[in-house]
Amino acid sequence: MTFIAILSIFVLACFVGYYVVWSVTPALHTPLMAVTNAISSVIIVGALVAAAAAGSPGAKWLGLAAVTLASVNIFGGFAVTQRMLAMYKKKERPAK
Amino acid sequence: MHEVTVNPWVAFAYLVAGVCFILALRGLSSPSTSQRGNRLGMIGMAIAVVTTLATHVPQSMTMTDQVIVDGQAVHAIVFGEAVDWTAALEILAAIGLGAVIGIVTARRIAMTAMPQLVAAFHSLVGLAAVLVGIAAYLNPMAFGIAELVTPLIGQPFAVIHPASRVEMGLGVAIGAITFSGSVIAFLKLNGNMGGKPILLPGRHVLNLTILAAILGLVALFTRDQAPWIFWTITLLSFAIGFLLIVPIGGADMPVVVSMLNSYSGWAAAAMGFTLGNTAMIITGALVGASGAILSYIMCHAMNRSFISVIAGGFGAESGGGGGGAAAASDRPWKRGSAEDAAFLMSQAEQVVIVPGYGMAVAQAQHVLREMADKLKEEGVRVKYAIHPVAGRMPGHMNVLLAEANVPYDEVFELEDINADFAQTDVAFVIGANDVTNPAAKTDKSSPIYGMPVLDVEKAGTVLFIKRSMGGVGYAGVDNELFYRDNTMMLLADAKKMVEEIVKALG
Repeated sequence: MTFIAILSIFVLACFVGYYVVWSVTPALHTPLMAVTNAISSVIIVGALVAAAAAGSPGAKWLGLAAVTLASVNIFGGFAVTQRMLAMYKKKERPAK
Repeated sequence: MHEVTVNPWVAFAYLVAGVCFILALRGLSSPSTSQRGNRLGMIGMAIAVVTTLATHVPQSMTMTDQVIVDGQAVHAIVFGEAVDWTAALEILAAIGLGAVIGIVTARRIAMTAMPQLVAAFHSLVGLAAVLVGIAAYLNPMAFGIAELVTPLIGQPFAVIHPASRVEMGLGVAIGAITFSGSVIAFLKLNGNMGGKPILLPGRHVLNLTILAAILGLVALFTRDQAPWIFWTITLLSFAIGFLLIVPIGGADMPVVVSMLNSYSGWAAAAMGFTLGNTAMIITGALVGASGAILSYIMCHAMNRSFISVIAGGFGAESGGGGGGAAAASDRPWKRGSAEDAAFLMSQAEQVVIVPGYGMAVAQAQHVLREMADKLKEEGVRVKYAIHPVAGRMPGHMNVLLAEANVPYDEVFELEDINADFAQTDVAFVIGANDVTNPAAKTDKSSPIYGMPVLDVEKAGTVLFIKRSMGGVGYAGVDNELFYRDNTMMLLADAKKMVEEIVKALG
């Protein structure tokens, strides 16, 4: 992809992010942080490329370390978000 | 050169992953759609990971060529036909190890510790970004960001594209700042490090110099891909992340955590540019925007400018609060008992509960809900009013109440409930202080002047739970509310007091 194509996607995504995040209800700001944290671990893509590539053992091991770190974040981030969201309930539940 | 994504379907898969992430955030606009959103996020991540795994199967080399990168001999990548199963298993093991650690942590963590957890997770994203950046620098051919140049004399070497060098340099820098900053934020939130700001002399000059040096080196890096430049950028960035967060006081941590959230996004975006990967770029932009907006909301709720938070030092002079409190204790105030409180509330038509972090510290949220249930049985309408900085991070108080089984449609944000206080019989303030101080609206000399506050004084009666009359809030100011005619102070530990009220309600 050309640089300008990538830049276009980035700029448009910033606008999408701006409007989507403002529409998030303040009650869910903590889950928002937890889930953005999980999805920013998409950096695992870069880590996987490094870990799979032959040629430089140093880069490979750094890649593997990064895969582990990002994986902690992905599983931990989505799991903790799920745990929090499951607690939000509406009124009509029976008392206690 | 090796093109990373040749197959258009691969690029398409990453795009789908990016769209899933957008929808995941979109789902958070309401608690009813949020769980579906989270599942979409997981699906997006699965698509991105599986696509990468499928297109980057480790292969054993059939031959090796010596290639020189900056004077270091490395092997050229010549792909063979055979799959390198050892390497493939290592990758899967790394994912599995991370998954176990992540899931166990997520299950065990207490909801009050959520800010620390998020800070710790941010540090992992930051460190992962740094490691990926270093790996890309060491093995640029694998990332498709370099070209082999064969000089007339000597061996061929990889030359990284100048644009990729900028992206890589910035990605590593932002990642390193995110990492060291988040580690400090974690230590402060977790109590391993005092909440008080640590002020170094001349820190503004030092910080600005380091920032300028990083930018200068990134610029230089485009002309010369020498290792010393790359490593200096990395080290300086680790240092600046540390130096930026150390002077910021505990009270400002909600802003810091939001800001680091934003940084972790920009780090992912920078790496996305390096790899030309749409999923990473979209995600980076989303997360970057999210963190920036949350920082803005937090700053606004505290009436502080972003610059003054970053400059740090807030809360350093909190020792001065003692004098104000001593003078204040001369003023008359009313003390009530649990029975008085129970009577007043059971007679009320509407009670608004104003929880603050003190409630969470006292672990009073569950017994508080019990009290609300009792009141509802008596026919009292119960609502909760939440100030944006009631917890230790954006939306933290909402999570704590949700954990105590408080239905979310009884919980209201500041701007939605403030008009309600005039029609409220009893406002019940538990563990909150500064966010109810009317001085923020009237007293221009007050340090919290201009901060949006909950108009609790407009309620018929204010019940204010506080441990003693001596202490002051985070901002170190006395609260005008204590001495009002319609305020009754309930001096006790928050949990004990609420337990007694529950008993008195029968």
